[in-house]
Amino acid sequence: MAMTARIDVTGQDLLASLRQFLRAILELQDIRAILVPRHLPMNNAVMPALVTDPDCLEGVDPLAPAFPMNAAKIVSRLTGKPMGAQVAAILRPCEIRAFIELVKLKQGRTEEVVLIGIDCLGAYQNKDYLRFAGEDGAHATVRFYQSVLTGRGTRIDGVDLAPACRACEYPVASNADITIGLFGIEFDDHLIVQSQSVRGEAVLKQLNLEQTVEPTARRETIAALVAQRTAQRDEMLAQTRAGTENLAKMTTYFARCVNCYNCRVACPVCYCKECVFVTDVFNHDPYQYLRWATRKGVIKMPTDTLFYHMTRLAHMSTACVGCGQCSNACPNDIPVMEVFRSVAQATQKAFDYEAGRHIDEDPPLAVFREDEFAEVVGMSLQTGRQA
Amino acid sequence: MEDFEPTLIAFVCNWCTYTAADLAGTSRLTYPQNVRLIRVMCTGMVDPQYVIKAFLEGVDGVLVSGCHPGDCHYINGNFKARRRIKLLKEILPRFGFQEERLRLTWIGASDGIQFAETIRAMVAQIKTLGPSQARLKMVI
Repeated sequence: MAMTARIDVTGQDLLASLRQFLRAILELQDIRAILVPRHLPMNNAVMPALVTDPDCLEGVDPLAPAFPMNAAKIVSRLTGKPMGAQVAAILRPCEIRAFIELVKLKQGRTEEVVLIGIDCLGAYQNKDYLRFAGEDGAHATVRFYQSVLTGRGTRIDGVDLAPACRACEYPVASNADITIGLFGIEFDDHLIVQSQSVRGEAVLKQLNLEQTVEPTARRETIAALVAQRTAQRDEMLAQTRAGTENLAKMTTYFARCVNCYNCRVACPVCYCKECVFVTDVFNHDPYQYLRWATRKGVIKMPTDTLFYHMTRLAHMSTACVGCGQCSNACPNDIPVMEVFRSVAQATQKAFDYEAGRHIDEDPPLAVFREDEFAEVVGMSLQTGRQA
Repeated sequence: MEDFEPTLIAFVCNWCTYTAADLAGTSRLTYPQNVRLIRVMCTGMVDPQYVIKAFLEGVDGVLVSGCHPGDCHYINGNFKARRRIKLLKEILPRFGFQEERLRLTWIGASDGIQFAETIRAMVAQIKTLGPSQARLKMVI
């Protein structure tokens, strides 16, 4: 099933080669549009764009270290109901994993989309990216990918990757139809594209690319990167666990939260159409606040801050892919992602589940078995929670 | 800690544990008054957020109790509840709420004696744990 082909790179211009590849896909009969990050004409912001005209591929930049939103939500919007046409979507691995979770929740369909996963070089936080990109976003992207792919690292001009990206152990997409390979490849000579599904292979075959074999250096490069990221992740999780291990520390951690709910809006897997926290359930009577305050002497306003975060943990931590958009969206720079990843690791492990791993795995809270988790039932003092 | 009287919230299902509590009462069985029963139609409707809210409001323990496996009035609500309790037992201890403060039991409609015993045991256990941190600290 896996077919590997090469795309030649001329003049060390990766972006031009990628655009050439996307143009070839867009010119296929059955692909009507491509969803891909693109520089906006008005300023250097990079946003997902739906391109139908091959001439509008100028400005397309899937390598920019910009991650303004998790595009899984966009793909969900494009595929939730039949479109009547095929689209291709160029996505980061975490976007594909989040989309897989949305498909399981019936908020997206794979039938009309060709998922193209690109090796992820990581991204800067929103504010950092705008500072880094400056006036010339395209040039900034070249500086970025050359630094990363030649092993000089991700820190440029004192700016480094977002914490979520630094701790991300999924730099290469799985579950894509086609992957675009950058790691462990002589990128000034060529890139590789690989099919991971029947649909992906059908697309690649139509493009008449020169077939090749995956270089052995690629596996090694990826393994080394994953090992380094995993170590960073574990360090981050240990720190976060120590920093949130009781209520006093949790309240300190979230003390700056103003209940704007941006983290929930930015979250690709917060799946409710309407969040309970904006419904009338939380539209309390004025006198209710007075009663609460009277009972306790003082209450922090707005109320229910920890309640909101813990409820979200209960509702979506089993689907959390660790993309870090919650932290990116926080106006007060609360490291939201760290808490969510630390809890998500535990809850996903408890159900032997991994968000985005496989489209056929049911979300843990949507299914049950008759004979399971006997240890949580009853009054025994020794219950079976693993540390 | 001698005079610490814990507050417990018990989410009990209409068909089994609530009936058992009723039976305990009509049988004149005694059990500690520390528990506030909240009758729900099924343990399968206890959203994790109800439990979280109870803990953040300062209760010292939460009991969720329903029908034995296979006896659920709605076929499988108690199995769903069991997964949610499993989930909460992963989340709450990470923020310092000891796992023993949250209990799930199956108590059938005729088990009045078992209901009274369960409440006695849970109150005793929580007394040894002491008051919940949410009673003592400001919750935001």
